[in-house]
Amino acid sequence: MSALGPHAGYILAAYASVVMILGGLILMIWRDHRAQRQALDALEQRGAGRRSGKALS
Amino acid sequence: MSGAFLAILKRDLALATRAGGGGELALVFFLTLVVLVPFALGPDLNLLSRIGPAILWLGALLATLIGLDRLFQGDEEDGSLDLIRASALPLELAVLAKGLAHWLTTGLPLALAAPLLGLLVALPAEAMLPVAGTLLVGTPALSFIGATGAALTASLKRGGLILPILVAPLTVPVLIFGVSASNSALGGTVPFLTPFLILCALSLATLVLGTIAAAAALRQAE
Amino acid sequence: MASLIELANPTRFMHLSSRLLPWLVGAAALLLAVGLYLAFFVAPADYQQGETIRIMFVHVPAAWLALMFYSMMAISALGTLVWRHPLADVAQKAAAPIGACFALVCLITGALWGKPMWGTYWVWDARLTSVLVLFLIYLGIMALWRTLDDPSRAGRAVAILTLVGFVNVPIIKFSVDWWNTLHQPASVFRAGGPTIHPAMLWPLLILAVGFTLLALALHLVAMRAEIMRRRVRTLTIFEAERLDRLTAEAAI
Repeated sequence: MSALGPHAGYILAAYASVVMILGGLILMIWRDHRAQRQALDALEQRGAGRRSGKALS
Repeated sequence: MSGAFLAILKRDLALATRAGGGGELALVFFLTLVVLVPFALGPDLNLLSRIGPAILWLGALLATLIGLDRLFQGDEEDGSLDLIRASALPLELAVLAKGLAHWLTTGLPLALAAPLLGLLVALPAEAMLPVAGTLLVGTPALSFIGATGAALTASLKRGGLILPILVAPLTVPVLIFGVSASNSALGGTVPFLTPFLILCALSLATLVLGTIAAAAALRQAE
Repeated sequence: MASLIELANPTRFMHLSSRLLPWLVGAAALLLAVGLYLAFFVAPADYQQGETIRIMFVHVPAAWLALMFYSMMAISALGTLVWRHPLADVAQKAAAPIGACFALVCLITGALWGKPMWGTYWVWDARLTSVLVLFLIYLGIMALWRTLDDPSRAGRAVAILTLVGFVNVPIIKFSVDWWNTLHQPASVFRAGGPTIHPAMLWPLLILAVGFTLLALALHLVAMRAEIMRRRVRTLTIFEAERLDRLTAEAAI
């Protein structure tokens, strides 16, 4: 890693941007998934499920 | 069938040209844009004449796209779109009539006015005719690509900026070939006819595809 | 075909995807780790481009994924319009932000690669410009999703836009090529075998597969979230109607 040559800054910046963009995407999708899961669980606990309480896996 | 087609065409032409129709607004907007450019670039006539075709094309593109969101919205609001959907005329032909009326009231005047506005950006005399010609064959493509976007956003209460965002990337080929055909009249290695014929092909293809896509979008929105 | 019909059932999809996800994430993490190790410590520097060739290992897979996700969206759009497949517009909606992110990664890494190689962050060359236009189309599709609130109607409208864009992408590519070409010619899948050094090809392929698996895993999670969002929506409406009925009965 020490020998990235004269353009090390650009290479590291490129990989940092990849980590930031993909990390942000992963975080966004994961949090959305969790929020919907919680909303669904809350609704089903109140007995709003149409399928007689059979939860989604 | 052609009676219904002509009726829609006539109605839209009448709506656009009578008071409050806003058919002339695109032309005024075009003029305003072309006047604004030298204020941004400076009054250097050499520079302006070199990029003149590009300025005119960009102006025409924006002037066409800005007003397009009203193409189907008025009909959607007052219910005439439901009548058109229910009529015996295929929806594709109705869209074709409306697109044609839009082109006759915006694209055609823009193309005819382009040589006059060309004077403002010191367009050389030999480039006047090519610019007007490319706009004449290129603006139908803009109208019909735009018609698809207008059909997709017909039921939105706040259309506005979404239509240009959807449609502008799709107009890239028209812009490229329109400007390069106009520029070829100013010299360069490309003969005029090559980009001009591709531009004609693009226009004809969007005439068909845009009409079909717009009609499909209107059907989905029911 | 039977399995496809089974998959069409959202409940069945939720079940299968929850079993598939750990494997997908594990394989993606493994391949990405191996690929990055090879890319940084094993692959030699290019004799022309020096160490900056290491940017290629993320730039090329990102470009490929941006295109692949758009193709997937076009297929989903057909599924929405022709077969009215219940999962098709879910798949399409979940794919748009992922494809847009990979297009953005491709653009940014391309710019950071271009600065040391060409001396400028951005050149208006054919390929970069095409990816930029593709990114704009992605943004338009996401904007349309946000403005239409009824999911099934939005799905059909976006499907039409996606297909129109899909027809347009090759035309845009052709016209942008015509307009300007400055990039190096395609060198990985050229006829007559790859021309890049095998020591570079291996990390590239491993990383490409790793990023693809990661993107597919993200797509599955986003689809699951979207299915649950729709179920929450329907259940909320049901619940509101039930409460409405209860108060109406109590009033009598």
